Amino acid sequence: MATLIELMRGRVTAIWGLVVAATMLTFMISFDQSISDEIGMILIMVVAFVKVRLIGLYFMELREAPTLLRSVFEIYCSVACAVLIGFYLFA
Amino acid sequence: MLTSDPDLGSEAPTIRKVPGEEGLWIFIFGDMIAFTVIFATYLYYRGEQPELFEVGRRTLDESHGVINTLLLLLSSLFVAVGLRAVRQQERAAASWLFIGALVCAFAFVAMKFVDYGSIINGDYFATTGDFYVYYFALTGLHLFHLVIGVGVLFYLLSQALRIGRAPVGKISIIEGGAAYWHMVDLLWIVIFPLLYLVK
Repeated sequence: MATLIELMRGRVTAIWGLVVAATMLTFMISFDQSISDEIGMILIMVVAFVKVRLIGLYFMELREAPTLLRSVFEIYCSVACAVLIGFYLFA
Repeated sequence: MLTSDPDLGSEAPTIRKVPGEEGLWIFIFGDMIAFTVIFATYLYYRGEQPELFEVGRRTLDESHGVINTLLLLLSSLFVAVGLRAVRQQERAAASWLFIGALVCAFAFVAMKFVDYGSIINGDYFATTGDFYVYYFALTGLHLFHLVIGVGVLFYLLSQALRIGRAPVGKISIIEGGAAYWHMVDLLWIVIFPLLYLVK
């Protein structure tokens, strides 16, 4: 049990807390009537892809991966987020 | 007992290396791009029937979506820390962490079936346009990946149980399995807001 607690104490757990907090933030944004649907969608998607990026960098360990692999992932996060926002606003 | 070896004791490898097998990343990125195309297609058709899709969205229980998200996030944490435990040769800790991840995975599957049951019983299909076509396509495809992931988690557990008793599989395979599970989590992180929250 002591080992388990020792293992859980680390950056990954702190990042996990951040991702959970971001999930709750997204949930609250969706209920906020003062935010327009468009701004709400943009905020929700940006937060979602920040979470995706954190999972990739810290859980999938891409933070320590060769630059090419990490760059492909970073580009994916930015492009996918922009494409989805674009399809919502302009399609 | 925790090792004092800096390579084994650190949170992540100190040398820049590809986590898992290199070929796996082609599959992971291919899958992520394929899902993104479906997400974009969903938004395109949502734009054609915004009122019907909004009616469909309102029939979903957002709290279930949040619980599903938290279950997958918790499972991802267990797998990430479990991988650390494998690197440190901590059999008991690694095994319990992978069991924890499996419990979360099974809870996710059970909740999905409850959701599917209530949707089918609710008979919303006539009033929600194509919303549920995309709902079932996205969540079904994700569930298919998750079920494969359950097999991966059992493999990770089997390797954890071998620590100190029998030869453990290549660490790159174990890292690849963990990366696959994180991808399952990562896809849901986009599916959840897209289907449940975006108005």
